[in-house]
Amino acid sequence: MLRVRNLEVVYDDVMLVLRGVSLDLPSGAIVALLGANGAGKTTLLRALTGLLDVHDGAVTKGSVTLDDQQVHGLRPAAIVRRGVSQVMEGRRIFAELSVEDNLRVGGHTNAGAVGDRLDHVYGLFPVLKERRRKTAGYLSGGEQQMLAMGRALMAEPRYLLLDEPSLGLAPRLVDQVREIIVEINRLGTAVLLVEQNAAMALSIASHGYVLETGKVVLDKPADRLLADDDVREFYLGLGAADTGAARRSFRDVKHYKRRKRWLS
Amino acid sequence: MIALLEGIVRGLGVGSVYALLALGFVIIYKATRVISFAQPALMLAGVVLVSHLAGPLGFWVALPVAALLTAVLALGIERGAVRPMVGRPAFVVAIITLGVDVAIRVVVNIFIGLDVRNVHDPWGLDSWQLGSLQVQQRHVAAFLATALLVAALFAFFRFTRMGLAMRAAADDQEAALAQGVSVGAVFALSWALAGALAAVGGTFATAGVSFDGNLWLTALVALPVIILGGLDSLPGAVLGGLAVGVAQELVATYQNDLPWLGGNVSVITPYVLMLLVLLVRPYGLFGTREVERV
Repeated sequence: MLRVRNLEVVYDDVMLVLRGVSLDLPSGAIVALLGANGAGKTTLLRALTGLLDVHDGAVTKGSVTLDDQQVHGLRPAAIVRRGVSQVMEGRRIFAELSVEDNLRVGGHTNAGAVGDRLDHVYGLFPVLKERRRKTAGYLSGGEQQMLAMGRALMAEPRYLLLDEPSLGLAPRLVDQVREIIVEINRLGTAVLLVEQNAAMALSIASHGYVLETGKVVLDKPADRLLADDDVREFYLGLGAADTGAARRSFRDVKHYKRRKRWLS
Repeated sequence: MIALLEGIVRGLGVGSVYALLALGFVIIYKATRVISFAQPALMLAGVVLVSHLAGPLGFWVALPVAALLTAVLALGIERGAVRPMVGRPAFVVAIITLGVDVAIRVVVNIFIGLDVRNVHDPWGLDSWQLGSLQVQQRHVAAFLATALLVAALFAFFRFTRMGLAMRAAADDQEAALAQGVSVGAVFALSWALAGALAAVGGTFATAGVSFDGNLWLTALVALPVIILGGLDSLPGAVLGGLAVGVAQELVATYQNDLPWLGGNVSVITPYVLMLLVLLVRPYGLFGTREVERV
């Protein structure tokens, strides 16, 4: 269980980006984290994987625990070794290295098993095997996304954090990515799926969180989130059209605006 | 014709030294995005260490020991002066290395003293006679040593886990961190490598002749070399070094035919070359242009 409790993150000592976020990623589950741009989704992932430092961010309150052991404040390498890997937003593959070298770097903390893991990843992504000698920067967007996911899998993570894997991909590729996520999960890896594509994320997740300006405003099983009016209107783009009513302002209707979550 | 060939051989020898020094610059630049101006001091420290150790230990033991000690010194600089500045503008860090350079050279100059020092290398100014071609042994030795080190570096970056991690960190530091690469270790290793290369390069630069505190100026030629080769290209550093060495020696060979240029124009050749390259190809001959899909 990867557990976040009342997490506060501040950038540059002044910018409060996460204000008491709590979230659970049970082992073996798929959990969706939705939210608009700037809600703090990526910051949360940075806090989970020790990358806040790079951006001058720091955890000021709360905790991140992995199987009841505190992991926030650890170095990224230590967190990867404990089984938490992240696929960063925008894929961030090593453009100048070959596909296989990219994967090998992914196995940096897992040096003993690189050969086995390579076979495993090539099994999941046959297209990467075809292009193993190619320079990664020349792959198509979908292939790059698969490379980024394959690279993270090289470390044999028990928890995989995916930051917008559908970003900039054609609908058909989004479907493919979704199937791969399900497959990865079936093989025993818990997935935290950060998405703007709420329909895709909620279709495979068991539980979902909605993050808004640094707070979790909704926290429900995925099927109930899918049925939630606000989520339907603002994340799935359905509500207003269904009822035939005029488009409403986000501010007027958010029922959760007044809901205080001092403790979770 | 003989003069031309001899000039080229000498140039390759001299250029090998430049290549080693330039490799240090490029390795540090790729890992940390900072141009380290401490390289001249590291080179001088390495040479002084060799000159002191060669007496008791012999040249062949002194050279690796001095390279190792210089690497340790470079590690110390990285840990003490550069690491605390991670995340600050590269310019600031570069200026810090400049200060470190001056400080180290002041200390090292104490160990040079007033005597003429040399590195007790086994070649001196001996040469081989190949037909009518006269080849100095020290130039051949410098070239072979460089070839060996370049091959070792190539293997390191190509085939080892840490070498791969260094290439990844050079490409995208944060992404490398996310894979569990210790970027701190990458920084440290890059400085250590640069220190060792500077020590070896400096030693071959002064093989056969004596040196004094002004030897550090030789390391500055690495700047035209990395501009020529491309700041972030290891092959560029090697080929650029050799090219600059050959150009310099050829100018030295033929400068007497152009007396109006004066007697020492070969010394400024690398810098003239640098100016020309900056005008025509500012990213250098081999500087990687960004890999981008179209």
